[in-house]
Amino acid sequence: MSWVAAIGRYVIECLRTLGHHAFFFWELLRTLPASLKRPHFVLAQVHALGNLSLLVIMSSGLAVGFVLALQSYYALVTYGAADSVGLLVNLSLVRELGPVVTALLFAGRAGTSLTAEIGLMKAGEQLAAMELMAVDPKSRVLAPRFIGGVITMPILALLFSAVGIFGAYIVGVQLIGLDPGNFWSAMENGVDVRRDLGNGIIKSIVFGVICSFVAVYQGYEAKATPEGVARATTRTVVVSSLSVLAMDFLLTALMFSTR
Amino acid sequence: MPSDIARTTPDHASVDKLIEIDHVTFGYDASRNILSDISMRFGRGQVTAILGGSGCGKTTVLRLIGGVHPVGKGKVKFDGQVIETSNAAQLYNLRRRLGMLFQFGALFTDLSVFENVAFPLREHTDLDDTMIRDIVLMKLNAVGLRGAANLRISEISGGMGRRVALARAMALDPEVLLYDEPFTGLDPIAMGVTANLIRKLNDATGATSLVVSHDVHECFAICDYAYIMAAPGVVIAHGRPDELDASNDPQVRQFLRGEPDGPVPFHYPAPPLAQDLGLRGTRA
Repeated sequence: MSWVAAIGRYVIECLRTLGHHAFFFWELLRTLPASLKRPHFVLAQVHALGNLSLLVIMSSGLAVGFVLALQSYYALVTYGAADSVGLLVNLSLVRELGPVVTALLFAGRAGTSLTAEIGLMKAGEQLAAMELMAVDPKSRVLAPRFIGGVITMPILALLFSAVGIFGAYIVGVQLIGLDPGNFWSAMENGVDVRRDLGNGIIKSIVFGVICSFVAVYQGYEAKATPEGVARATTRTVVVSSLSVLAMDFLLTALMFSTR
Repeated sequence: MPSDIARTTPDHASVDKLIEIDHVTFGYDASRNILSDISMRFGRGQVTAILGGSGCGKTTVLRLIGGVHPVGKGKVKFDGQVIETSNAAQLYNLRRRLGMLFQFGALFTDLSVFENVAFPLREHTDLDDTMIRDIVLMKLNAVGLRGAANLRISEISGGMGRRVALARAMALDPEVLLYDEPFTGLDPIAMGVTANLIRKLNDATGATSLVVSHDVHECFAICDYAYIMAAPGVVIAHGRPDELDASNDPQVRQFLRGEPDGPVPFHYPAPPLAQDLGLRGTRA
């Protein structure tokens, strides 16, 4: 019977963790209106998180654009469809790679930074000091960072896609010698602003919520020791990445279903 | 040592009690109690010291008064009201009447010295920037750090950090000031100035001050009343400084005089050293 008890304990523990996350998320949502009344804190976070991630996002976008153009060309040229390289790259980036890769990079770059910052504030008793000053740390520290992350993510995803398309243009048109008119017109005709671009933006907003929530939660719940902060930072990357990939599958199934 | 303190100590029993700790037992986990059935009374307008060795639960007393943790057994009352940590509204109302100096300062490292002291003013008042600037500079002047207003927290020493934390704690002139080890890490001049400041501030604003420390001389020089605690979280004596000085209790005498031998053990409970070193059967 010990394995039954072990499974029971595991299920109860999972439910408890889930409940704790849900309660924390609700508490965070309750503080959002108060945080939005002080937009300078949110803007400071948008600036900080955006700046933190800009270089890695743009360089990755360019590299992904280069590779996508090459791979698409190699595959399509055998069927005489090389003119569709632009369209394929665009759809891949806007629908899928832009939001997903940006979220994974954001989790690794900005998410870990958020977790470490909040965890160290906790370790240094700064959050406790705020509480004893009758200032809610969720409202003053966590909420601006959460909102900042949610706002930043779609902007970064759009930049990623734009730079990626530019990279594909360099490889496809400038290096391989595809016709620039076909390259751009295939995109113009094949990409639907609402269905492709709109859904991509919705995806990146959802990923922004996931990555930002995981980062602030892990920081706030970190053990107030150097080891605790290090573990929390690692968990941020793992939990954010897996959650983003799982949610991406779900959203793709919902958004792009042809039935 | 403060030299210019003039105070008249009222009878502790006759003073109105602002904070009461009533038979409180508390532990951070179920396996070990940090406080064991302690009772304390803190008089309104008085400076009360809580003295004791490291790890005897002094800081925990302050945390319970601030409502950071729920008590296990017993009650903590503030101005007649039992502190309920589950009642956020009551807790935040209570905390607006408190100022706390943390043991390690707990300064906001992303803000300057000026902004740290301005923080409670910006959060809880609608004062304009000019007024906030004046108040902050006055508070920093009181702790001797007006000239350091524009420095980052990473640019000041540990002792200076504690003085900034003191300025922040008193920024709103709170009704109750909780000082957690205010003298640790300070040089003799800063220690004397800080002790003077705690007393003068208390007298000038009519605040109630609780000073947690293990520095007997500094505390006795400024406090009206003192509690002496010992492990495992018990009160072994309380009274006016002169009463405690005259105490014949061996535990009190050992602590106040810093004697190495006495009823208070220096070592944490452990088996004999010879046993741990595997030297059973050899002579000690």
